[in-house]
Amino acid sequence: MLTWSLGFLILMVKLGAVLLFLLLAAAYLVWLERKFLARLQVRYGPNRAGKYGLLQPIADMIKMLTKEDTIPEGADRVIFLLAPAVVTVTALLMFAVIPFGGDLSFLGKRIPMVIADLNIGLLFVFALSSLGVYGIALGGWASNSKYSLLGGIRGAAQMISYELSLGLSLVPVVMLAGSFSLVDIVRAQEAYPFILVQPLAFVIFVISAMAESKRIPFDLPEAENELGAGYHTEYSGIRFGLFFLGEYVNMQVLGALVAVLFLGGWSGPFLSGPAWFCIKILVVALVMIWIRGTLPRLRYDQLMALGWKVLIPLALVNIVVTGAVILI
Amino acid sequence: MSEYVPVLIMLVLAAATAVGMLVATSKIGPRKVFADKMEPFECGESPIVSPKLRFSVKFYLVALFFVVFDMEAVFVYPWAVLFRDLGMFGFVEMMIFLAILAVGLLYVWRRGALEWD
Repeated sequence: MLTWSLGFLILMVKLGAVLLFLLLAAAYLVWLERKFLARLQVRYGPNRAGKYGLLQPIADMIKMLTKEDTIPEGADRVIFLLAPAVVTVTALLMFAVIPFGGDLSFLGKRIPMVIADLNIGLLFVFALSSLGVYGIALGGWASNSKYSLLGGIRGAAQMISYELSLGLSLVPVVMLAGSFSLVDIVRAQEAYPFILVQPLAFVIFVISAMAESKRIPFDLPEAENELGAGYHTEYSGIRFGLFFLGEYVNMQVLGALVAVLFLGGWSGPFLSGPAWFCIKILVVALVMIWIRGTLPRLRYDQLMALGWKVLIPLALVNIVVTGAVILI
Repeated sequence: MSEYVPVLIMLVLAAATAVGMLVATSKIGPRKVFADKMEPFECGESPIVSPKLRFSVKFYLVALFFVVFDMEAVFVYPWAVLFRDLGMFGFVEMMIFLAILAVGLLYVWRRGALEWD
């Protein structure tokens, strides 16, 4: 009974810490993105709320909570209400299987630094990222607005296209590690990180992951200069905020996945596991912001051609080559 | 199944966070409803037709291809986990399977279904 309640307490502490960290980090990732993007474009960025604009995320949060949330006429009210929550919840839940540090010993017990080390970890992440598509597609459909519908359909088509290359690019990683569990995949990289042996898989994965998270240069579902704001045109207040939150939590999850699958996860010299893990996520996020500041948006035919004609064949070739090399 | 309990608890907590925000905003935010404001955005015009009209058949095609290729990808995953145990025999089997998949992709490509014009 005592061990059971102790285990439960540890679990709740871990869950609370992870969720709080994800939400806070999402808020400050927005600040970081605005600031870094501004510097890339020779602007100042947010600098009014607090020193260096550091209170800006809090001000934004209060603003969004106190705004009126409007539901457009003719909208499907239930789906319109649920869609942003679906995006946020699926993004947060993906972090359940991601290990953020090595085992910790406490009172003679081993505490794994992961919420749930599922043996199907990677499949769990794929499943949730597929479910996230529903939030976009249904949110766009339920708004009863032409821009939203176009954005929602574009988003759905884009995300399912890139999910294929995303999934196939990781098959070689699973072959090398022999497991879907993300903890086992990190353990398999003790000698060398997989980016050194799988550079092609890394490139395919990063491009597909950026398309999955609908960031520039793949932001056609939002495309503010042709679709207003795409699938979230009609959303106001915190409902828009939930879409936004989901997007930035997604960015962290993708950074975490890149770290776990290719950069050796939590391992690194001198610093503790979680610290290295945060640094790796931050580096990936900064590169994604840098790309956003550098590249223009693709056309829709280019987007589809890149996914279907370049990334999927390359991922298949990579599987064949990896298999041959391992066997020989 | 006990390793799924933490996931379930996390689902409840995450959902509570999202729903809590939605409830909070409905309590805190103002509510002034009038007809013009509730119209869907259309650059200042009043919408005259429902947006739920037909859209390009291309999107259906992409969805169909996704289902086909994702089903095939599902067969690759278990093979990837057991790759080392299956050895040469499993590798050759999977190469045949991937060849069939590649022929399918090539067929779709040559038929012009991946062109977006």
